[in-house]
Amino acid sequence: METLHLELPSLQDDTLFPQTLLHGVVSSGNLEVLVEPGPDAARCVFEVQTAAHGFSEVWQAVLRDFATRHPVGGLTFSIHDAGATPAVVSLRLDQAYQSLRSS
Amino acid sequence: MMTNPPQSFREASARLRVQGLLDAGSFTEWLGPARRITSPHLAALDAPVSFDDGVVVGQGLLEAQPVVVIAQEGLFNGGAVGEVHGAKICGALLRAIEMRARAVLLCVDSGGVRLHEANAGLIAISEIMRALFAVQAAGIPVIALVGGTCGAFGGMGIVTRLCDALLISEEGRLGLSGPEVIETVKGVEEFDSRDRALVWRITGGKIRRTLGEATMLLDDDIPAFRAAAAKTMGDRPRQRGLSPDALQTLEAAQRRLEARATLDPGIRDGQQVWQQMGLGEEVALMDPAEFNRCLEARER
Repeated sequence: METLHLELPSLQDDTLFPQTLLHGVVSSGNLEVLVEPGPDAARCVFEVQTAAHGFSEVWQAVLRDFATRHPVGGLTFSIHDAGATPAVVSLRLDQAYQSLRSS
Repeated sequence: MMTNPPQSFREASARLRVQGLLDAGSFTEWLGPARRITSPHLAALDAPVSFDDGVVVGQGLLEAQPVVVIAQEGLFNGGAVGEVHGAKICGALLRAIEMRARAVLLCVDSGGVRLHEANAGLIAISEIMRALFAVQAAGIPVIALVGGTCGAFGGMGIVTRLCDALLISEEGRLGLSGPEVIETVKGVEEFDSRDRALVWRITGGKIRRTLGEATMLLDDDIPAFRAAAAKTMGDRPRQRGLSPDALQTLEAAQRRLEARATLDPGIRDGQQVWQQMGLGEEVALMDPAEFNRCLEARER
């Protein structure tokens, strides 16, 4: 397994209630993401454990894109990945964000 | 009137099944994902772990009655039982006795023991069985719900058969050795695991209900599972020790087994069972409600 730790600037949404939420399942080509309150309102923290080695640059691009598209400052996203493609990673993160908004 | 679209039990994750089975907002999870109690064995093998080790356990309300709910996630390592996963199920069962739960809902979705941690998994299965008997001895019914992608096989297949009632969808499957295992050991002539129709005629919900192993056949719909679980719970009053009709229940089970033993030993397929019962090909097309009615009429 390869681990990645990334902290990115992101806007904070005051209406978003920081809470623990799990989305997705660890299975081949898929991932789970655990959303929790983070340490800094202006930053978003990502902790990634992935079975696919050597894709650090792709991860950084996908996560940076997510942190830019949504106001997710003050949140931590912990990911257990079993080889999800970048599109699936984006999709699961978006779904987790939607669940966060609707709950 | 607006009718809600069906909510597939099979397609839902373990977490969504739990949400849909219980009264809205009543679920409290034990050892939730944020606790990060993951498998040390998978980590040692450098394999992906899951925050909840593939099983959701906790308490909630079913029609305002306190119940314990356990739901395996079939997509994580085939819902297989490892050390942590098994300990969570076992602990949740024992907690049901402590909190005097009205029932336990056990959503089995598992291929059996997790091969990465086989010894720990096997021990976990025996501990789950012992805990399940303790729950039943305390007068709390354990209701198995089977309708996930993995079905109920291996050790969890046995655990499923120990439950007081088994609610299964047509898509659900139950067995000891799964089709792939049988094919690997005995060859494709014995069991072609890629023949999906054959797999379901041997292990699927309809044949399991026919043979009396499942209590009720259900639509692949979470509200249908919820309603059936509530009804099953209501039909079984909480009662410590042996019920007054325990002997009759045992004798009826014995008669069913004797009747089953008279089936032609050459039978290799569910279709042949239905033929011998005098049921034709229409069985395959019956919806669950019609199918239950047909069998109940014959069993009376």
